[in-house]
Amino acid sequence: MLKSLFHQSRAALRVLLVFTVLLGVVYPLGVWAVSRLPGLEHRAEGSLIERNGTAVGSSLIGIDPVFDGPPTRDPWFHTRPSASAEGPLDPGDPSASGGSNKSAFDDRQVELVRQRRQLVAERENVPPSAVPADAVTASASGVDPGISEAYAELQTARVARNTGLSGQRVRDLVAEHTSTHGIGVPSVNVLELNLAVRSTLVP
Amino acid sequence: MSDFWAGLVQVGILLAALALVYRPFGDYLARVYTSERHWRAERALYRLFRVNPASEQRWSTYAASVLAFSFVSIVVLYLLQRLQPVLPWNFGRSAIEPGMAFNTAISFVTNTNWQSYSGEVAMGHFVQLAGLTVQNFLSAAVGMAVAVVLVRGFVRRGTDRLGNFWVDLTRGTVRVLLPISAVVAVVLVALGVVQSLRSGVTVSNPDGSRSTIALAPAASQEAIKELGTNGGGIFNANSAHPFENPNSWTNLLEIFLLLVIPVSMTRAFGTMVTNRKQGYTLLSVMGVLWGAMLAVAWWAETHPNGPAALLAGASMEGKEQRFGIGQSVLFATSTTGTSTGAVNSMHDSYSGLGGGVPLLNMLLGEVTPGGVGAGLYGILVLAIIAMFLAGLMVGRTPEYLGKKLGRREVTCAAVSMLAMPTVVLLGTGAALLMPGELDAALNNTGPHGLSEVLYAYASAGNNNGSAFAGLTVTSDWFQSSLGVAMLLGRFVPIIAVLCLAGSLAAQRKVPETSGTLPTTSPLFGSLLAGTVVLVAALTFIPALALGPIAEALA
Repeated sequence: MLKSLFHQSRAALRVLLVFTVLLGVVYPLGVWAVSRLPGLEHRAEGSLIERNGTAVGSSLIGIDPVFDGPPTRDPWFHTRPSASAEGPLDPGDPSASGGSNKSAFDDRQVELVRQRRQLVAERENVPPSAVPADAVTASASGVDPGISEAYAELQTARVARNTGLSGQRVRDLVAEHTSTHGIGVPSVNVLELNLAVRSTLVP
Repeated sequence: MSDFWAGLVQVGILLAALALVYRPFGDYLARVYTSERHWRAERALYRLFRVNPASEQRWSTYAASVLAFSFVSIVVLYLLQRLQPVLPWNFGRSAIEPGMAFNTAISFVTNTNWQSYSGEVAMGHFVQLAGLTVQNFLSAAVGMAVAVVLVRGFVRRGTDRLGNFWVDLTRGTVRVLLPISAVVAVVLVALGVVQSLRSGVTVSNPDGSRSTIALAPAASQEAIKELGTNGGGIFNANSAHPFENPNSWTNLLEIFLLLVIPVSMTRAFGTMVTNRKQGYTLLSVMGVLWGAMLAVAWWAETHPNGPAALLAGASMEGKEQRFGIGQSVLFATSTTGTSTGAVNSMHDSYSGLGGGVPLLNMLLGEVTPGGVGAGLYGILVLAIIAMFLAGLMVGRTPEYLGKKLGRREVTCAAVSMLAMPTVVLLGTGAALLMPGELDAALNNTGPHGLSEVLYAYASAGNNNGSAFAGLTVTSDWFQSSLGVAMLLGRFVPIIAVLCLAGSLAAQRKVPETSGTLPTTSPLFGSLLAGTVVLVAALTFIPALALGPIAEALA
């Protein structure tokens, strides 16, 4: 039996080496080479959005913008909370993804949800009961690019007030950047929306 | 579309797509493993391997090949991780420390893909590609090979020859996994999945700050990660990460991929035993259990339970907005029913009942519909147990597919079936008794804390790889005990199944009589489903009662 195992192990090593070249080098680099085709390369490299030659983010990655002034003067749409953030509503770290993995029975989790609800309500100047679930729960990835239509609508009045745009104009921009991809749940892309709001301001 | 309808539409398209490919793909799989002809490329590979493709092996030699190949794979993968600093494309990432390298090597070779590391932080591209991606393919091909050998055991008569492991391994890789993965990887890129050789990109955010977004060659690994029911993500957030799973179409494609081989293997089985109804019966048992699990998880997650979820208004903690609840539970049910273990939502944040479903799905023994290959041999073992129980009831020697199930066959089946519960319960129990381990490891307290530990050993013992990921598993105890659990959970059943195949193939066929219980009837299907549920219930209800059930009733 041992002799057979030894003999088999030598064959195994040869098989593994050959397959490592085929599956670990040729296959992924082959896919990489095909992904250099025009139309594919942009996506393969992270669907980056450029403004004036610099990458300002990825249309697939949500990074929460930070406003230094008082929250009620904040001109940004905000993403969902991220588990990698330090404070309840701080931006997460897009170089390390993940969720909180907290159960709904966890005391700190209850406290965190309560704080987020309070902070969002104050920022938007609405009663805490008006804040939707996705605004107070951390996403699975920590870089969720989307928010619900309800959370976008909640932020519309504040963004309109602080950017000088009309509520209807902002609402139109929200609708333009809401997608279901045909078969999915409506999701408002926060980065694209913020960029659209800015470009409306600065022609 | 509302969350509910979006989920339902996705279930509808998924089932239609699976139904469409079931026959042609299942028959193709059967041809792959029965054809006498070798492709020219395969002959070239056999010359490089220096193996004779015409020489067929006994079950014991076949088992020795499987074990030798897996052992060599573990050693090589361990060394690759330890040597990371001197390998190219490491981006300055350091050597993986020994405990984690041991655990990860076993994890990927056993098709578990349990991850105690954070993908984009710990692993450079070379280890990801030449180490982890390679085992994504090969561990899947090993599972399919073992399943095919068991089917040959039923088909062949009066022989001790069961095929050649190197041929089965090569064919599964070259004819099935590689071509499909290559096509799907490109489709995934077209849908937005990244395939970059850079480690990350720095962006200037609109608010004036700068961030680094991690990049990786994700698409090539994503395709085989799902197709081979592996589940190890290149990013820490796995299929919840928008670069691995950017929208509902990629979500649908990924769920389809992780189900397609396990589902179609039942057709390949039916074709090989020249009675396709046999395959339909197994598939219907798998399908009914999968559907029931999906319904319970969906109901549970749309009815928030626990103060934080009630305060938030919906169970959206650990879920992505673009998937909502419907597409998250569909993924969760499919990934735990197939021993894949990829996640598009964080199971640890599910409600008691909602998180109990993925856990129970694994504890059923990964047969709803199970991993590539492992699902088929898993349910065939349970079919043998079911026939044995039926035989006891009427006092008759049981038979299945024309083969007598004597003492040796039932012993092999029982060993295969009992390995997983033994590993899971002993592992969980030992972890609970280890002084000081839990204080450092648990992310949640109370019943949910117990669920985290039970889930970890259930995932390891069943080679699933998903996690209640709040549990910190980087201590030496968890790294080594979960590593051993994965090894035993994988190879004890494999050896028992190969032994079973050997003794089945040696038999002559028993002619069917009026006393034979037809194994294509709904009666047999119910008996089999009952056996699956009963075995898991009898084994695990005490543990489940203290974890997810206690939480669901709280």
